Amino acid sequence: MRLWAENLACVRGGREVFAGVSFALGSGEALLVTGRNGAGKSSLLRMVAGLLRRSAGSLGLDAGEADHSIAEQAHYLGHQDALKPSLSVLENLSFWGAYLGASPASGKALDAVGLRDLSGLPAAYLSAGQRRRLSIARLVAVKRPIWLLDEPTSALDSPAQSQLAELMRGHLHGGGIIVAAAHGPIGLERARELKLGAA
Amino acid sequence: MKELAALLMRDIKLAVRAGGGALIGALFFLIVATLLPFAIGPDLALLARIGPAMLWIGALLASLLALDRLFATDYEDGSLDLIMMGRAPLEFAILAKALAHWLTTALPLVVVAPLLGLLLNMEFQSMTFVALTLLAGTPALTCIGLIGAALAVTLRRGGLLLAVLVLPLTIPVLIFGVAASNAAIAGPVPFGPPFTILCALSLASIVIGPFAAAAALRHGLE
Repeated sequence: MRLWAENLACVRGGREVFAGVSFALGSGEALLVTGRNGAGKSSLLRMVAGLLRRSAGSLGLDAGEADHSIAEQAHYLGHQDALKPSLSVLENLSFWGAYLGASPASGKALDAVGLRDLSGLPAAYLSAGQRRRLSIARLVAVKRPIWLLDEPTSALDSPAQSQLAELMRGHLHGGGIIVAAAHGPIGLERARELKLGAA
Repeated sequence: MKELAALLMRDIKLAVRAGGGALIGALFFLIVATLLPFAIGPDLALLARIGPAMLWIGALLASLLALDRLFATDYEDGSLDLIMMGRAPLEFAILAKALAHWLTTALPLVVVAPLLGLLLNMEFQSMTFVALTLLAGTPALTCIGLIGAALAVTLRRGGLLLAVLVLPLTIPVLIFGVAASNAAIAGPVPFGPPFTILCALSLASIVIGPFAAAAALRHGLE
């Protein structure tokens, strides 16, 4: 499996955010997107996720599932956690499990992020870090080969950060691909770095 | 299919739980229908004559109430991004959301409409006909509303714009809904033709609404 991008450009509100961005990632490889605020890290991830139109350039996935688009084979962990406050932790997770197309392994996914004990609690009572962990559980519950992570470690304490690093290593080991935007190291030692706005 | 069932069930759950607002529309409908006799006065014949139209106006306004939250909550908490990344086509996901919305906001209106007819001095038979036309016409209101809700999703105070966008488009539904009710109650026009057109409006909206809303959402998220 190979995820590639060639000469991607992003124009938002008439202003060019980035241009000429290219990368290619094989199975088990990770890309760390860095850059100052406003350099277009989130925009790049949203572009790969199909949530933002490309102003120029092309994107492709070789040897993926032919009848699914990149977006349908990718997980997107954005700034928002996509949780409903009135649903319980387990209900939130099993909804995304069913919607994104998983076998119901929600319990195991909650174990992986250490939220098993809170599974009946409405998501309204979770702290920011716990909400983050619940969205990360989504990545575990539903198997998709590409992970697009936008500052995945924000709000996480250090045990949770190492848990996440463990999950990411496991994903890469299983042949997955990770594209992450971050300001600092997120625990991926062998990730390549793509610096946006370096000009 | 499993994805759509999950989305449908989630939206229904959200609507009936605290803060969901499933019954707000029905309560609003109740209040509008209660206020009317006070405003118009105790002219029983007049009330019975304009009753169907008043119930339809009430239902139209009540169905607008919850509409602006249809996509806005999912947009604000990031769920909409993930819904668009699902394997179900966005049009069908929207249709599932519309069905949940109709079941939780429009169906209660249909159920309480006969009771409200009492306040407007309508006979039992007339009330059932009004309820029948509402049952046939509210899917059109929901699906036309979808388009407005999708267009207004990225605006912060989209609710007012939504009403301005949606209400003019609902005029045909209102005309044929009230015409069918009046035909059934007073005659002399037969009930069939306006009622069939009302059903046709609903069916056409169910087809067009999700596609237009999906196009609006795809465009709006950029």
